[in-house]
Amino acid sequence: MSRKTCSREEAAPAVAPVFAALGDETRLLLLARLSEGDACSIAKLTEGSGLTRQAITKHLRVLQNARIVRCVRSGRESLFAVDPEPLTEIRAYLDRVSRAWDERLERLKAFVEIERVAD
Amino acid sequence: MTTADVPNSIQKQIELAAPVSRVWRALTDHREFGAWFRVNLESPFEAGQVSRGRITWPGYEHVVWEAVVQRIEPESLFSFTWHPYSVAPGIDYSQETPTLVEFRLEATAAGTLLTVTESGFDHVPEARRAEAFLRNDGGWAQQIKNIETYVAQNL
Repeated sequence: MSRKTCSREEAAPAVAPVFAALGDETRLLLLARLSEGDACSIAKLTEGSGLTRQAITKHLRVLQNARIVRCVRSGRESLFAVDPEPLTEIRAYLDRVSRAWDERLERLKAFVEIERVAD
Repeated sequence: MTTADVPNSIQKQIELAAPVSRVWRALTDHREFGAWFRVNLESPFEAGQVSRGRITWPGYEHVVWEAVVQRIEPESLFSFTWHPYSVAPGIDYSQETPTLVEFRLEATAAGTLLTVTESGFDHVPEARRAEAFLRNDGGWAQQIKNIETYVAQNL
């Protein structure tokens, strides 16, 4: 997987735009479509979507800003493809938050249960 | 992982062999909370007020823990907002939308069932998110599954 060379902010603040970008049904549909295989042009993504080209363009931009989708040039055409890295990043982030809660809750459990024995 | 459907919250459940009143005290008495959460809180929790203190984890004593208490509903719900990873020095988190942490308590035969939910990782205000979900026709889970499959294949 290729890492972009541009410098990146701390992992914590950077995940929010990815979560936010995923919080929209149209964008999820676009992502699902792009996840099926090859890079797609805006025209192809618009086909049968029931949305205007402008709407598709707008949503693609949000996905691009969140780094989930990147634009690749193919001749004169702009094609869009999924970049899975931000998605694996938010997964890793949620895993970290999740583990932190597991540890805290284990400590809480020990705290309330041990003290009870001592009562 | 417990976040398969909506990648915007984490939910944990744990059975505690202690009565609800005991768990409630461990959650809402700021000294008791600090003992297991590992933070030295300066003052009692109060709804609507900032709660602050130094982390007591070895190596993290320089970090100030800060949360805003949201709801204190005796023996049933305790919640606060915070920045889960606000430990990186030199970053101002005050402009970021915080996440919401909720502790819900339920009496069981064995003691207490505690459910912890942390939500809002997308930093989208609740009202806007609710709107997004209302428009969802149920395809959400399937889309996420597709994306996850894709991600798994492209690691």
